[in-house]
Order: sequence, then structure tokens, then C-alpha cells
Amino acid sequence: MLKFFRGKKGFQLLGLLGPGALWMLVFFNLPILIVLFISFVERGRAGGIKLPPVYTLENYVQFFNACSSQFSGPQCDSLLYLGIFGSSVRIGFIVTLWCILLGYPLSYFISKQRQLWRDALMILVIIPFWTNFLVRTYALKQVLATEGLLNSFLMNLHLINQPLDLLFNEFAVIIGLIYGYLPFAILPMYASIEKFDHTLMEAAADLGASPRQAFLRVMLPMTMPGVVAALVLVFVPVVGAFITPDIMGGGKVEMIGTLINRQFGVARNWPFGSAMSLILMLLVLIGVIYYFRSSTEETRRAM
Amino acid sequence: MANEFAVEMQDVLKQFVTPEGGILAAVNHVTMQIKDGEFFSLLGPSGCGKTTSLRMIAGFELPTDGKILIHGKEMSQVPAFQRPVNTVFQQYALFPHMTVEQNIGFGLEMKGVARAERSKRVSEALEMVRLPGMELRRPKQLSGGQQQRIALARALINKPEVLLLDEPLGALDLKLRKEMQLELKTLQREVGITFIYVTHDQEEALTMSDRIAVMSKGVALQIGQPEEIYERPATKFVADFIGETNFLDGVVRSQNGSIVEVDLPGSGTVQVESSRTFTNGQAVTVAVRPEKLSLNHEGKGGNTLKGRVEEVIYIGTDTQYGVRFAGSHKVRVREQNITQGHKEIAKTGDEVTVSFTNLSPRILTE
Repeated sequence: MLKFFRGKKGFQLLGLLGPGALWMLVFFNLPILIVLFISFVERGRAGGIKLPPVYTLENYVQFFNACSSQFSGPQCDSLLYLGIFGSSVRIGFIVTLWCILLGYPLSYFISKQRQLWRDALMILVIIPFWTNFLVRTYALKQVLATEGLLNSFLMNLHLINQPLDLLFNEFAVIIGLIYGYLPFAILPMYASIEKFDHTLMEAAADLGASPRQAFLRVMLPMTMPGVVAALVLVFVPVVGAFITPDIMGGGKVEMIGTLINRQFGVARNWPFGSAMSLILMLLVLIGVIYYFRSSTEETRRAM
Repeated sequence: MANEFAVEMQDVLKQFVTPEGGILAAVNHVTMQIKDGEFFSLLGPSGCGKTTSLRMIAGFELPTDGKILIHGKEMSQVPAFQRPVNTVFQQYALFPHMTVEQNIGFGLEMKGVARAERSKRVSEALEMVRLPGMELRRPKQLSGGQQQRIALARALINKPEVLLLDEPLGALDLKLRKEMQLELKTLQREVGITFIYVTHDQEEALTMSDRIAVMSKGVALQIGQPEEIYERPATKFVADFIGETNFLDGVVRSQNGSIVEVDLPGSGTVQVESSRTFTNGQAVTVAVRPEKLSLNHEGKGGNTLKGRVEEVIYIGTDTQYGVRFAGSHKVRVREQNITQGHKEIAKTGDEVTVSFTNLSPRILTE
């Protein structure tokens, strides 16, 4: 490895890679190490950590057994945090599934348009990124609110008599997350589908495959790399999301992200927040690696 | 298969909307009948409607109007996957994520043939295209010629009533092409399946086909056997597209039975045999192939015109002479190089005579 950087070529290479590597080291790896450190010490009384540091495993234990904390009351639910983690994963799966189900046909449709239309439609997919995520989420909140756009619309049409409870529940959070992450699903799937040679669908039909069979046997396996990329790009950030559940859930829907956020805010328990961050990171990493290992063979073939 | 015709196209029209918003008739009221068991070629330049016709028979496109029958059954609106035909695609369209075995067995799998039976028939199909033992390869690991054979096996294993081939040899180099042409022809005789073959290569069509349909601008100009198309082209386009032809514009002077006398202004008068009737003074074109003309060989056939050699081109088997007549008509004459060593009959600038029989040319009006 170090042999790589010897001589004149080596200097050039170092010049190219150095800044990026340094950036990652200082602003990514170092903070994770700090988080790792904090997760193993006792909390300070007003946030931060106790000084001098007192090492403990308590923060990790607390995650798997919520009642282990000295602050837990008599009605404590020992599986509280695991439950929240579980429901985050569940919401993650639901949102990812919907993003793929909605994004795939849309990507297909866009890829079938003429060049000009294709570019225009892709810009429409990307445009939301130009606006602040927070602002967009608040806007969506206005749509779903009791007196919001959707309810007034349905009321005016006399389709409903009372406003629907569309906000501050899991449904609202899921809608918000799908809205926020759909483009992340569309982009990689579009890239895959656009490369797909549609003559292959004709070949499949020619050999007696119904449209459904042709899709399942030919198009889906061949565009699988895009679907897998979409899955990872949506699932990972959604499981740890905190802005959307916070705003759309109105504090009533707890996800692992909001929980961690709270530890660094009002709960002032940095060590527990750090421990949960690392647990989340580790579990998502294991999940993704497991998924890749089980699907690479299929994916590699498709490419 | 009681019906004599494998495929019938009845007054088939296919219109497309162009990007500019206009309407283009890719296939313009085409009627043709393809006999059972025949090797039939659709021949024409790109954009003539040959591929669109094939795609309508396959079911990838539905006709705007008219009917398509396969062995007497109306198929115009039947989707591709329910038609008893199979296609060999121009770029083969093999499934890259499947093995050769899975590719060839795909059609049988869709029909629900059991795995054991399938794999037996796949090996047989591979034997047929002379690529035994290739089951576990992937299409990417095969050469162009091999992919071509796999595509052929993938289609033929389904025992289609008609096999459609869309310029299947287009991507191969010349030598391999020639080999595959003969092989395809032999294969077709062996399996006895009707082949419909799309090509823009006139030589390929002449070599392989029982009958040819020459298409241009969405219209089938002439349908017939190769020698019929070559010897008796119906229009100038056909005469020009198939092989080489000299066109001499002239006016009919008189007709005596089947002998028509045509005046080529400034160059002389020729007599041509024709079964058609012309009126005196009618503007016509006399079409005659370069190899039917002979140089400085008077008395051979009755028609003799005087001219001057403008160019001499040696092309191996033949030598081609460009001769201009007095009336500015120009012809190419081909003389076979039969004797050992190359000996020119005439040199550039020589005064020569060009002769041909009155059976050689065709009189064309369109």
C-alpha cells in the first residue's frame, strides 16, 4: 500500500487523494471515534459527559433493557427502546417498498419518453432537492392538516363529512418519508431501466412469455441492480430519519432517529444517544451486508 | 396445416406518427402470400417497410388496417406471445442474464415443458446448430457467429409454424456470412419450416430464397422467384436494386407483334421483345444488364450501337467497359475474363460496337 505512494507518481497521487482522505479522517472518522468514546462513559448532569470520564457499559445495556437505568420508574417497559427500533425498521421497510413500487413504473415510463421529455421529467423528479427539506416537510404538513388542503378538498366534494385524521400519526410519517425519499429510489432505478434493451422484452414475448412472465423473468432480473441500489439508498436513511417523524408525527410517533435526537437535546443524555447511534449503524450495516451477500450472485448475473 | 399459405398479408397498412407530427405509412397496402415451407425474402433498402412487415407478422406491431393470417387464422390483433411464430433478431437479443441452456429452453419453459424434457431438447437443438456442450456458457462468452446459432436454436426449438429472421447475418463478417447463408438454407430444407427472411442484401436474397418480395417506400413492387426478379424486373427500382442495370431512355417508334422498336435519340434504334403493348411515341426506358452486352461482337443478336470507350475497369472475374453512345446514353459492358492472362478488348478512347439480342433488355415504364 505504501509502496504505492513512492516516487514522483506517488506525490501526484498523494496530492489528489490527500485532501479527500484528510477531510474524511477529520470530519467523519474522528467524530465517529468521539461518539464511540462517549458511548462508553457516564453522562454529565447538564448534558455532555461526566468529567473526568467514568467508563461504563450501562448505555448499551439500557438499550436492550430500558429498566436498567436508575431513572426508570416503576411502570417501565424493559423493551421500550428495542420496540422503537423495531418499529423504525418496520417503517423503513414499508417506505422502501412503496418507494420501489411507485418509483419503478415511473422510472420505466420516463425512460420510454423521447429525449426532451425524458430530461424534463427527470428535472421534475430532482427539483424538490432545490428546496429545503424542512420547508417541504412543513408544506406537506399543511396539505394533510385537519383544515388542510386535502381535507378541505374532500369536504367540499362532500366525500367526507368530518376531516380525516391525517396528521400526527404513523400514516403521516410514512407519507412524509415516501415523499422525501422517492427521488432516491427513482434515480438508480431509472439508470438501470434506461440501459435495459427493450428488444429483450420482444424476444421474451416472441418465445411465448406473457407480459407478466416477461417482466418477472427478463426485465426485473436485469434491472435488479437499480432496485437494490434504491433499496439501500432509501432504507438506510429512513430507518434513522428524525426530521420527518418529528414534524409529521408531532411527537406522537417515535422512531430511533427522534429518540437519538432527543438524547442530545432535551434528555441531555449524550452517552445513551451515542450508544444508540452506534447500535443503529451496526445493525443497518449488518443488514445491508447480509442483503448484498445473498443477492450479489443474482445481481452480478444481471449485470 | 390444410392451408396452402403459411402467411397472408391482405391489404396491410401500417401508419406511424412521425416526431414532427406527420403520418408516415411504413407499410402501404401490402398484399402478399407466403407459401407453406418456402424460403421467402423481404428485400429492400432501409426504410422500405420490410422490417415493419416482419414485426407485424411477429405481433410486435399491429397493423393500422388490413389483415394478417397465419395458416388461415386471423392474427392481426393477436399479441406476439400467442402467435405460432418465432423470431431471430438482428442483434440476436439473447438474454444476457441466462445461460445458453436457459436461453434456448425459455420458449419450452413458457409452454410448461418439464425440466428433464427441456434439457434433452436443448442438447438436441445445440447439436442441430453444431454447438454441442455449450449449455452452461453465457451469451457474452460467445462469438458473434455462435450467438447467431444460439438465437436460431432458441427460435427453432419451439417448432414454429413460421420462422422470422430480421437481417440475422448483418453483424457477421463476409466469410462467415456466406457460410451461414448456405447453412441456413440447408437447415430450412431439413426442418421444412417456412422462413421469412428480411435483408437489404440482394445477393443474399437471390442466393437463399425460393421467392423474393422487393419492397420500396412501403410498397411491394414485385414478388417472384429470384430469376424472375433478376431477368424480368417489373420496375426501374427493382432493376436497379437487384444487380446492375443500364437504363436507356427512348421513345417507342413502332410495334410489330411482340417486337417493339425503340428510338434512343441520337444513339440509334433498338428492337426489343416484349409481351406488353405500347403506343407509338410513348416514352419508355430500355433496361439491360451489363453482362448481356458484348463488345465488338457484331451479328450476335441483332442490336448494334456505336460508341466510344470512356473507361476500362478490371474487376477480377470480369472487365467492365464504360461506353458512351453518340446520343449521350452511357452503358456499362461486362466481359468475362475467360482466357488466361488479362487481355483488354478495347482501350479508353477506342471506337467500339455494343451488341445485344432483342431478348436481353426489358422495356420499363415506371
